[in-house]
Amino acid sequence: MATMSTARERVKDEAKFTAGLRNRHLRGQIWMRFFQAAILLGLLALITLMFNVVNRVYGLTAVRDAVPVSTFSDRPLEELNASELAGILVAQLPSGGRVLVRDSLIGQENYNNNREAPLSQLIQGVTLPDDVGALTLAQLQPENTQVIFENAFTPEDMRLTIITDIVGREVLESWTWSESLFNRAAIDEKVASTADWEGAQLEWRSWLNFSFLTSRMTTVASESGVRAALLGSLLTIFLTVVVAFPLGVGTAIYLQEYSTGDHWFERLIETNIRNLAGVPSIIYGLLGLAIFVRALEGITQGRTIISAALTMALLILPVIIINAQEALRAVPPSIREASFGLGATKWQTVFRSVLPAAMPGILTGTILGMSRAIGETAPLIVIGASTFIANDPTLASRFTVLPIQIYNWTKDPREGFSEIAAATIVLLLIVLLLFNATAIILRQRFRRSLSA
Amino acid sequence: MTSMTLGSGATAIDLKHVKVFYSDKLAVDDVSIPIYKNKITAFIGPSGCGKSTVLRAINRMNDLIPGARVEGEINYHGKNLYGKEVDPVEVRRRIGMVFQKPNPFPKSIYDNVAYGPRLLGVTDKRTLDEIVERSIKGSFLWDEVKGDLKKSGLALSGGQQQRLCIARTIAIEPDVILMDEPCSALDPIATQAIEELMKELVKSYTIVIVTHNMQQAQRVSDFTAFYSIRKAEETGGQERRWGVLGEFAPTEQLFSNPKSEETERYIRGEFG
Repeated sequence: MATMSTARERVKDEAKFTAGLRNRHLRGQIWMRFFQAAILLGLLALITLMFNVVNRVYGLTAVRDAVPVSTFSDRPLEELNASELAGILVAQLPSGGRVLVRDSLIGQENYNNNREAPLSQLIQGVTLPDDVGALTLAQLQPENTQVIFENAFTPEDMRLTIITDIVGREVLESWTWSESLFNRAAIDEKVASTADWEGAQLEWRSWLNFSFLTSRMTTVASESGVRAALLGSLLTIFLTVVVAFPLGVGTAIYLQEYSTGDHWFERLIETNIRNLAGVPSIIYGLLGLAIFVRALEGITQGRTIISAALTMALLILPVIIINAQEALRAVPPSIREASFGLGATKWQTVFRSVLPAAMPGILTGTILGMSRAIGETAPLIVIGASTFIANDPTLASRFTVLPIQIYNWTKDPREGFSEIAAATIVLLLIVLLLFNATAIILRQRFRRSLSA
Repeated sequence: MTSMTLGSGATAIDLKHVKVFYSDKLAVDDVSIPIYKNKITAFIGPSGCGKSTVLRAINRMNDLIPGARVEGEINYHGKNLYGKEVDPVEVRRRIGMVFQKPNPFPKSIYDNVAYGPRLLGVTDKRTLDEIVERSIKGSFLWDEVKGDLKKSGLALSGGQQQRLCIARTIAIEPDVILMDEPCSALDPIATQAIEELMKELVKSYTIVIVTHNMQQAQRVSDFTAFYSIRKAEETGGQERRWGVLGEFAPTEQLFSNPKSEETERYIRGEFG
């Protein structure tokens, strides 16, 4: 009884309460400041990173043309039409452009095997006038070559070939945005005084521009684009989601709604899915290499976007399954009861009530998986993504994706390539944001249709 | 306590020696009562007496609980609902249910009511419109929601949600409607609206209602079944509890002149 009353006295002690209350509030304040500091630190790191990347995307660039355009054309290349551009190619390229016909239209190997064949047989997919088609490559005259170029190339292609093969444009050095702004005098001085740089032109340049998105890759950084990598990324991610979403959601539905979880085998599967989510991505690359590239080569055609997407699908399946299961579990049992109570079958209940109610959560998981897949590099290196793809990829062609290009260009020591790597990073982030924004809008629409 | 002595109309459902087990533990022992057609039968009794368990046995909702098992017979149109060839989906389509907590689907009012007909394969827009309107009118909700059937069912008040759930149930034209404490989550005004609705619905449907509220049972029901609890000491000092049927009679008779002392003590409010 004595201890009881002292305990009550302690609880009722007003002086101690007043003193203690201040202390309790103070402790809460300190923790709150600590959490704020953590967020500030994170923001600071993010801003530094973004600045570092964006800083490289804009700035001054010193470019030199070995043979300036003015030596063979009195107007800039952008203003010339197709036949004028073809004319320049024929006039300026060695052996009247025949080498270009052989290398880019016929193919070296193809030509070596069929030297005497007429051009109409050797060049596929280009319509040639009958008299030109009947000629062999050796018989080709400049005026005929011009017709071939006009029919086979777009003006953009020809302009690029002129710049790389005739003009020989070279990026001498490029400066970051901050250097360009605050250190202009030193840059001017360097351009003027460096002995090797005679004829160099200093210009403001945004490395991330529209033609960067639409042009093909070339060996000159200033003219190179990410078209193939961008298309490769989009195709890969699209196919990945098309494969992983139904498989993942289906698995989650089975595990959550049908399996009782009592059988040892079901428990084994659940545990393993959780473990698979933590497996390093390069392991998935090896798996993809063994299964999709090698064993299933007949279906996937080897190192193609199909193989890449299937590997990525495996990689994000655990993420989708776990999140979908979580979302299904969060659907209140009362909704299932209501549906069964109205005479719904199990499948009707799942498909018409549970799945729609779980959809926002399922989409969240898919966003997470997609974001992971779009930035993955390691598994694609293992399954053999290429680093130089000039033509637009198809599902069954060799391919490259944005992160592979970033990886590849970052380690390229030539001037200008770290800048296009930075531009690609910004592009990758924009693509990622666009994807996420779309998925979030979808999710919100679902959520709005569900709640009040 | 048989239908003979009560001398009323046709029986819709006949429970005979019904026992319910949850993973081999007896939950309700030996319940035999008739449910009369177009009457309201109330199940009352203290917490844990198994009245909801019996109710959920009638439309085989207990099947959804792993380990639940029913012995005895529940005859409906002369057919045992627990017979081998009976599909629980068909049972639930004929014997609808309204739950304790209003549980509209997270869908529009229209889609909530059209849910049942759509399960049955009705897709024609005009037919659905007609069913939805008739059902919502039938649950006295029409005047409150008619302008805005696209609004989410969750945006309604508790009482409106429960009437929406009733509309949803009558949309599939069941024979029997089971109501598991339909007013326990509602305020007195909403409760009154549901009670009036029940009196209207009983003209076309047979209703069984579980309630904690004895006044409610007296106000709305024609027959009342009182359930009570039996206890037994098990080896190891643990207590085992299960529900039994205490008394079944016309409501007026049960409340004015209960046969057993236990019923009398319960309706006087001595335990609950």
